[in-house]
Amino acid sequence: MTPKKFDYYSPTSINEAIQLLHDNEDSKVLAGGQSLLALMKLRLAAPSALVDISKLQEMSYVREDKDYLGIGALTIHDIIEHNQTIKKKFTLLTDAASKIGDQQIRNVGTIGGSSCHADPAADLPTALSAVNAHFVIRSGKGQRIVPATEFFVDLFQTAVGHDEVLSEIRLPYLPPRSGSGYIKHSRREGDFAIVGTGVVLTMGDGNVCKDIRIALGAVSATPLRAKSAEEYLKGKTLDDKNIADAAEIANEGADPPSDMHGSKEYRMEMIKVFTRRTVKLAMSRVM
Amino acid sequence: MMKSATKSDMIRVTCKINGKEYSGLAEPRTLFVHFIRDELNLTGTHIGCDTGHCGACTIFMNGKSVKSCMVLAIQAQGADITTVEGLADGDKLHPIQEAFWENHGLQCGYCTPGMLISGLFLLQRNPDPTEDEIRRGIEGNLCRCTGYVNIVKSIKAAAKKMQSEGGKSARSM
Ligand SMILES: Cc1cc2nc3c(=O)[nH]c(=O)nc-3n(C[C@H](O)[C@H](O)[C@H](O)COP(=O)(O)OP(=O)(O)OC[C@H]3O[C@@H](n4cnc5c(N)ncnc54)[C@H](O)[C@@H]3O)c2cc1C
Ligand code: FES
Ligand code: FES
Repeated sequence: MTPKKFDYYSPTSINEAIQLLHDNEDSKVLAGGQSLLALMKLRLAAPSALVDISKLQEMSYVREDKDYLGIGALTIHDIIEHNQTIKKKFTLLTDAASKIGDQQIRNVGTIGGSSCHADPAADLPTALSAVNAHFVIRSGKGQRIVPATEFFVDLFQTAVGHDEVLSEIRLPYLPPRSGSGYIKHSRREGDFAIVGTGVVLTMGDGNVCKDIRIALGAVSATPLRAKSAEEYLKGKTLDDKNIADAAEIANEGADPPSDMHGSKEYRMEMIKVFTRRTVKLAMSRVM
Repeated sequence: MMKSATKSDMIRVTCKINGKEYSGLAEPRTLFVHFIRDELNLTGTHIGCDTGHCGACTIFMNGKSVKSCMVLAIQAQGADITTVEGLADGDKLHPIQEAFWENHGLQCGYCTPGMLISGLFLLQRNPDPTEDEIRRGIEGNLCRCTGYVNIVKSIKAAAKKMQSEGGKSARSM
């Protein structure tokens, strides 16, 4: 399979990339290409021009700022998986990145590409929603910063406009006594998630839950926050009973698809099971 | 300087493959795997699916294992590539090739070029992997013949060979 014909540009700076997107109607950013080229080969996408940003090395980094950890949009999954700062402070991202596709995909695919592609079954968007990451979007007019809750707009749709580029993803540091985890439920290694669950929590005195965010993947058009379960757990002791009770209501608002990987009913049940397991995983990592 | 090409342009793509400079023509939409097979006649790299799933097209690109059906030829401009043809040293097989031979790591051989590259990428990072780590390392490579058992065995044997042969065969790709 070969994509439809397109013009090709290889800009040398992010500003040049933005200008090219602006000047070329129906153009698209090419990052790792691990989703876009697949769509183009299947002729599900046929952009008239590609703006290849993959050579902009300055967009690949993991940087500790004062209030947040900054990750360049072109950072590949393999780097996310092995970065020690991420592992220490945001273990759920390590979990998620290590579960994406296979080694070859992780060697090329980027966190920015995965975010902008916004496949509801993708792993990083769910984890980033649980972190409540902030997305730095650049355009000819400057930059704006959008929280995860506003970044993922709909199925394969984000807040990034046609002539904009996602440049960085910011993870606000978690308070002391926090832990996180992400579990991908799939039948075979390398498959997309049937259900993906990401949890970030902070404990107070004893085992009391001070704060918690639970994000679900593959069960809605965008990563879905399990708000009822979050509210239920806040201020309560994180014991087996409370966690199980919260998990029972974690699927409120979920509307998963039925497909060959699992029926809607099955996924609704699995949300409960994996919410329970992921809350416990995050608890086990509280430092 | 920005590079650009319009839809039907034939662009000259030059890159280093297996230590030698190659050059050929490609459209912007030409996949790298088609370029090396059809334009450069390096047919050791196989195409099993061309949707990014089977791994038969896996090559080293600038030191990383990559599915060459998921990269454009034009993106490989100036890149350093190793394909299965670059593993042996003249008539002397690479230790991982010997290990596949000795352990029946292949039957029809279709998946083998990709398996060898994925196996080598793993061994460069992790010279003494466990069975689980080997299985994880070849997640992106499908084999329809062997049931994987002998492939895992081969990679394990290659690890031993490469460790005992020291630095020589662990040359970077
Ligand atoms: C065989 C296979 C298995 C996979 N398995 C999984 C899996 O299990 N889990 C999972 O989560 N993913 C999986 N993926 C997808 C993979 O994670 C991709 O890397 C990712 O979805 C896209 O990243 P990319 O860098 O390749 O982006 P590209 O394919 O280059 O781009 C994707 C989209 O985002 C846009 N874009 C990219 N970067 C930017 C930017 N900085 N600013 C603005 N727009 C941008 C592009 O225009 C395009 O629309 C798999 C892919 C394959 C081929
Ligand atoms: S041909 Fe490239 S992954 Fe199958
Ligand atoms: S040996 Fe035939 S596909 Fe692997």
